[in-house]
Amino acid sequence: MALFGYSLKERQTRELLALGVIRFLGGSFLAVMGALVVYLVYRGGSAISWDFLTEYPRDSMTAGGIWPAIVGTFGLAAGSMLVAIPLGFGAAIYLAEYARPGPLLTVIRLGVNNLAGVPSVVFGLFGLAVFVSFLGFGRSLLSGCLTLGVLTLPTVTAAAEEALRQTPASFREAALALGANRWQAIRQVVLPAALPGMLTGAILALGRAAGETAPIIFTASAALTLNAPESVFSEVMALPTHIFNLATNGAHIAATRPQQFGACLTLIVLVLGLSLFALIIRARLRKGRKW
Amino acid sequence: MTKIGFLALAIISVFGLGASYQAADRPRGESVRISGSTTLLPFTQKAAEEYLKDYPQEVVTVSGTGTGEGVKSLVDGVVDLAAASRDLRPEERERAQAAKVTLRRVTVAKDGLAVIVNASNPIRELTLDQLRGIYLGTINNWRELGGQDRVIVPINRDSSSGTFEMWIEMVLGGRKHRPDAQVQSSSGAVAYAVGGNRQAIGYVGLGFLDGPVAVVAINGVKASIEAVVTGSYPISRGLYVFSRTDSSASADKFLNYLLGAKGQALLEAEGYAPAGN
Amino acid sequence: MSEARLLAPKLSPTEKGFRLFFLAAAIVALGQMFLIALFLLNEAAGLLATAPLGDFLFSKDWYPTYEPPEFGALALIVGSVVVTIGSSLIATPVGLGLAIYLAFLAGRRKREWIKPAVELMAGVPSVVLGFIGLAVVAPFLQDVLDLPTGLNVLNASFILALMAIPSIASLGEDALAAVPRDVLDASYALGATRWETIWKVAIPAAMSGLSTAVILGLGRALGETLVVLMVAGGAAQIPTSIFDSVRPMTATLAAEMGETAIGSAHYHALFALGAVLFVLTLAFNLLAYWLGVRWRRG
Repeated sequence: MALFGYSLKERQTRELLALGVIRFLGGSFLAVMGALVVYLVYRGGSAISWDFLTEYPRDSMTAGGIWPAIVGTFGLAAGSMLVAIPLGFGAAIYLAEYARPGPLLTVIRLGVNNLAGVPSVVFGLFGLAVFVSFLGFGRSLLSGCLTLGVLTLPTVTAAAEEALRQTPASFREAALALGANRWQAIRQVVLPAALPGMLTGAILALGRAAGETAPIIFTASAALTLNAPESVFSEVMALPTHIFNLATNGAHIAATRPQQFGACLTLIVLVLGLSLFALIIRARLRKGRKW
Repeated sequence: MTKIGFLALAIISVFGLGASYQAADRPRGESVRISGSTTLLPFTQKAAEEYLKDYPQEVVTVSGTGTGEGVKSLVDGVVDLAAASRDLRPEERERAQAAKVTLRRVTVAKDGLAVIVNASNPIRELTLDQLRGIYLGTINNWRELGGQDRVIVPINRDSSSGTFEMWIEMVLGGRKHRPDAQVQSSSGAVAYAVGGNRQAIGYVGLGFLDGPVAVVAINGVKASIEAVVTGSYPISRGLYVFSRTDSSASADKFLNYLLGAKGQALLEAEGYAPAGN
Repeated sequence: MSEARLLAPKLSPTEKGFRLFFLAAAIVALGQMFLIALFLLNEAAGLLATAPLGDFLFSKDWYPTYEPPEFGALALIVGSVVVTIGSSLIATPVGLGLAIYLAFLAGRRKREWIKPAVELMAGVPSVVLGFIGLAVVAPFLQDVLDLPTGLNVLNASFILALMAIPSIASLGEDALAAVPRDVLDASYALGATRWETIWKVAIPAAMSGLSTAVILGLGRALGETLVVLMVAGGAAQIPTSIFDSVRPMTATLAAEMGETAIGSAHYHALFALGAVLFVLTLAFNLLAYWLGVRWRRG
């Protein structure tokens, strides 16, 4: 048979060749990423110890650990969610439950989605000009949290709105039919159904906030702190900027290579752990969903 | 379903708790924040460590992303001290004046910009003119300087760097450097890059002569602490710390430590030439 | 939703209160997002007071701290474009190949493992990949290819591609999986091989979804900062080969924003770079949105 004008033999060769190329392309990426992970675990693993995770840096960063960077990253990521979750969830509830559908809503949603794609360094520029300099919060945990909060807000809002929209209209109708008012319907029926989905989005955003570097270089992070943060106005170290500083700004780049790999592995475990958790929740949600 | 929700909420709050865990409430001095020149970073880091051993109640944070950033942050009140590898630019003076901030300058060290090449490169001597030619782009091959037939890879510093500005002023006379020069963001990174590249040439402070790099004599003089102190090395400069006249007592205390016997001993141990105040 | 609205009883005071609260949250959240855009464009416009737009866009001399300073962004814009194109040349075939593999060749069990793994890869922090490019790939390239430097367009494109591939593959697989089973079955029933079905049936049917995936992946590469800051070499020049160093816009912003005093010419120039980035990513996103709408309709 000569479908598409080729002999069967030609077609079979093509099939083998094309599928081979596809497998090669997919496989090569998986292989590169796999090799990368193994290498990071190998180099980073030999640097990580209990002391490495719990000590302050010593001897111009060549010894000691990354404890203040871990603390700073936790603080920045959690603080950013304190900004993004109330605002983002509130905005999402308004958009999904109260706002009238129409061109205005479409434009707003388009705006939210587009801002989610704005490069993070642009948010850093914004945070530096507004929070650090103009509002006078200085280079601090507070400025960093606000910058990261603004950065993750579109993502949190969009994910929360999506989760709310996936709750069937019949839920609301049933509640309203039983005499509940709109807020009661939202609080007692819609939110319990949508909350896990909304929080999944928030955890993904938390992971992103923990891994961001460019927005916090000049808004929050110090190269070295030897004390715990005293208040929200303290400068903090953070894992991503610590890696960046040691690898590019450091005084002893070769001598601190083990620290750099160790910090990379720690950051990856933290960020991917969060994403993995969110993915598992999402998978279970999809399976468990009865609507 | 709600269980998962609570679990998620728990994770997020664990993050918050983890962060607040360390906020211990022992009495402390006002915090001292120092930023600016990466050339002084090895010294300021080390000094902060030792300082806190002597005065554990003090709080010091150290940053370093460039002299320009340090001076700007000092005028904005974002930091208390700014390490600098050059003097103030005219527009920085104007800005400080406009903000009604008076800055004080102290010299913490003297430094030479050591010109370095990879240890495998046989070149050990250049004239200032040749150096200028390399960075302007008129000299492109090591052969032209009596070396191997290899393209020269000049390494520059970022524009925020005071070292970069001193280099442009003292070596290039303010002329535009070639645009294809590599850019590294600290002296440490330049030394590392030159150590890993047979064709590279770069300039670093005296505290950064680490790894497989060789110092090149300029106009017959090799950069060294001695040559900088006596003034015979042509590309020398001071390293400064700027502070504000309205600085806190804690900031003054740390600054005095840097200038005192202990600070200056640490300075020399890190490979800088003492200020000799 | 709209039917439910008709059924809703009159608003009680509590109801009104909460409604107001959510409205306020929406106004603060959305208003602030739009304010960022406005702020960015406004501060960027400040550059025009000191230099004409043409000088900014078409001069390649970026000497921000010289006396007098020069803010020609052409080399920086070209730098961004070059690494984005470079990464797309790697990421598009590999990402789509991976998507096709997942959708048609992997089999159910493998897909259930590989797809989440690929999605996880999309979450690897960029500083980690930048570090790999700097500490592992650059010395490797320099030694193996005997290059003047390993920090160049090729290295940056490769690392950026690693970032873009997971999102291209994941979104692309979604698009391919959405092609109706019947259509594929009809093709097989006509005697077409697997590749013929993929190439002649599945890919055309999923075309707009696949292009959305590619464009979103590229938008990410364009806005990525740390990778190009650490790996691209930082030279503000228009490259003549893939082994030249470049200084993309994002890297310039990250490297220089710390030193710029508010209101200075350099400050406005950096905001102008931010605005160019903003407009370019907006264009990418709108294109993706438009293709997405077409896809849903088709």
